[in-house]
Amino acid sequence: MSTSKFGRYGGQYVPEALMPAIEELEDAYQRFVLENDEGFVDEFRARLRDFGGRPTPLQHAEALSARYDREVYLKREDLLHGGAHKLNNALGQALLAKYMGKGRIIAETGAGQHGTATAMACAHLGLDCEIYMGERDINRQRPNVFRMRLNGAEVNPVTTGRGTLKEAISETMRDWATSVEDTHYVIGSVVGPHPFPRMVRDFQAVIGEEAREQIREKAGRLPDSVLACAGGGSNTMGAFDEFVADGVGLYAVEAGGSSLEVDEAAGVAPNSASLSTGSEGVLHGARTKLLQDADGQIMESHSVSSGLDYAGVGPELAHLVDEGRVTPVNVDDDGALEAFHRLSQLEGIIPALETAHAFAFLEEEYEDLGEVVIVNVSGRGDKDLESVIEETAERDIEGTPDMDVFRGGR
Amino acid sequence: MSPSRIDEALAEGPAFIPYLAAGDSGVSGSEATGGSEDVPSSGVESTKEYVRALVRGGADIVELGLPFSEPIAEGSTIQNAIVRSLSGGMTPDVYFDLVEDLDVGVPIVCMTYYNLIYRYGDEEGPEPFVRRAAEVGIDGFVVPDLPAEEADPLREACDTYRLDLIFIVAPTTRGERLRRIMSQVSGYVYVQARLGTTGARADVSDQTDTSLGRLEEWDVPKAVGFGISEREHAERIVAGGADGIIVGSALVDIVAEGETDEGTVAERLERKARELKEGALAGAESRPQPERP
Ligand SMILES: Cc1ncc(COP(=O)(O)O)c(C=O)c1O
Repeated sequence: MSTSKFGRYGGQYVPEALMPAIEELEDAYQRFVLENDEGFVDEFRARLRDFGGRPTPLQHAEALSARYDREVYLKREDLLHGGAHKLNNALGQALLAKYMGKGRIIAETGAGQHGTATAMACAHLGLDCEIYMGERDINRQRPNVFRMRLNGAEVNPVTTGRGTLKEAISETMRDWATSVEDTHYVIGSVVGPHPFPRMVRDFQAVIGEEAREQIREKAGRLPDSVLACAGGGSNTMGAFDEFVADGVGLYAVEAGGSSLEVDEAAGVAPNSASLSTGSEGVLHGARTKLLQDADGQIMESHSVSSGLDYAGVGPELAHLVDEGRVTPVNVDDDGALEAFHRLSQLEGIIPALETAHAFAFLEEEYEDLGEVVIVNVSGRGDKDLESVIEETAERDIEGTPDMDVFRGGR
Repeated sequence: MSPSRIDEALAEGPAFIPYLAAGDSGVSGSEATGGSEDVPSSGVESTKEYVRALVRGGADIVELGLPFSEPIAEGSTIQNAIVRSLSGGMTPDVYFDLVEDLDVGVPIVCMTYYNLIYRYGDEEGPEPFVRRAAEVGIDGFVVPDLPAEEADPLREACDTYRLDLIFIVAPTTRGERLRRIMSQVSGYVYVQARLGTTGARADVSDQTDTSLGRLEEWDVPKAVGFGISEREHAERIVAGGADGIIVGSALVDIVAEGETDEGTVAERLERKARELKEGALAGAESRPQPERP
């Protein structure tokens, strides 16, 4: 059986009430996911294809390639059903819950993409679904809240702390501790107690598997670099997993927020850069890199993008960073917003604010990324339009639409 | 090995074990301190006063919570207490000083989450925290997010400094897991009365009897917690075979309420403690007497 640790990270730090369910999940992961018992993997792949729309394209980005004078390819997870990579995992776990005979699903969500994907997967598979979401994120991501409810999921607002992803995860764990006998917790990223980080990575690894084949076909070689944004790190690990064994440069782009400085007294880090600036600790079931104060209290994080706004990160990613295999980098809120507009104008792709972080890094550092670069487009930005209108108004960003001025009105 | 202070406290009959969040005076931080950041809150003084009141009321062991920012095992009552305490300036060092000053003559169990234990001090791992805890007179630990699988480093440190490590057994803990945990417990086993999080309830769960039944063969004191709030609950649970009752949220509610027509917080805590202890004693009385050789 797979170990619960990645080097010094990982493990199973959860209340005893959950441990039997976690052991049961380990068994199910081994049997169904790793050994394809009862044809689980075949059914998962078929559903990803027919319901999810896989494979997603690897698109050669012409304007970006010209701009940076190298070959830039986009792995288009924004074209997956639901508009983000999150469906790969949500569908995998919801199906697994069905194989395990559990009829009720709970999940947390930050940007609402994981909640949406889970609600869709549950409606598709006939499972009951409840989603926990921080109040602040509910206000930032209203279209996704509505989508979840359209699919028949209950959305439970979480009001503790700053009302973001960290609090939503804690609240979902509390629900699970009450309901564990008939409920599966579909965790939304490569975080949490073992076996979640491995299992979620395996469900997301389809991104890199496809990208590897596609780049071989299109460029005739492996890429020099792969870029992905990292909140918990699921699209990152999904895009990286197939390339870890090769010499490909792997860049995890975190949210630098408004600053990398920390206000210790207020317990606030105005960023979500746990790989770049965090320290080792135990949160939400795993030992990993965290934003925490000197005593070990977890900090409130910040990012303009709800999906990156988290004080922790997946334990495997923390391990790969320590090993020197993944390079953690970060860009700030301003850079991400600029990249959001740039990609929309240059390529006709409106990216999620999360994804925009990866493009901001590309703009800053393209010279060091080699001849062939893949950027994982983790999701589309429809959900972010309200936030972007508001955030853009506060900044001076070149070439953004001014909604008060129209040309060509006859 | 000679019996620990916790063993001795439990040997004398059914134990009443109250829980409070250290540093919680019932009012939120900035109100409590007048906004000053380096005075670690009137919460410290209140906690001492409240613990003494509980001991006067019959507490045999006190579980004193060291607040962690992500208390995933707590319901809203204790979550709110933790927020109040942290915003009043509570830290592990303030906590240790508080316990050192306490001197109440009953064992103190530190209840906290693993990250605070792991991060304390200059070295990595739980040793510095346990060393400091032993210095200030702490007798044992309950760590709700540390299952037996991850507990080896903490248990080793506890053995070195002769502190008890108390494990929680949940209604879902059965078979091989139960045996593994029971063989590692010292002090007492914390029998979680029901699935879910902490929080006062109006009734006693049937899960309690089932759990106690499952533990019958083990010669380790069993203290039941999660949801107990009334004298009758205490009586029923002790009559059902428990060696102790753990009460948290019902007491934290009193702290949160503040002074009322019924008396000060300390007076009401003392009265509630007496009521619960009497319930436990009555429960022990009503048990079928074991035959003496
Ligand atoms: C589009 C998109 N990208 C990235 C993320 C960040 O999550 P992860 O780091 O697990 O990929 C989210 C989270 O909601 C998201 O919606």
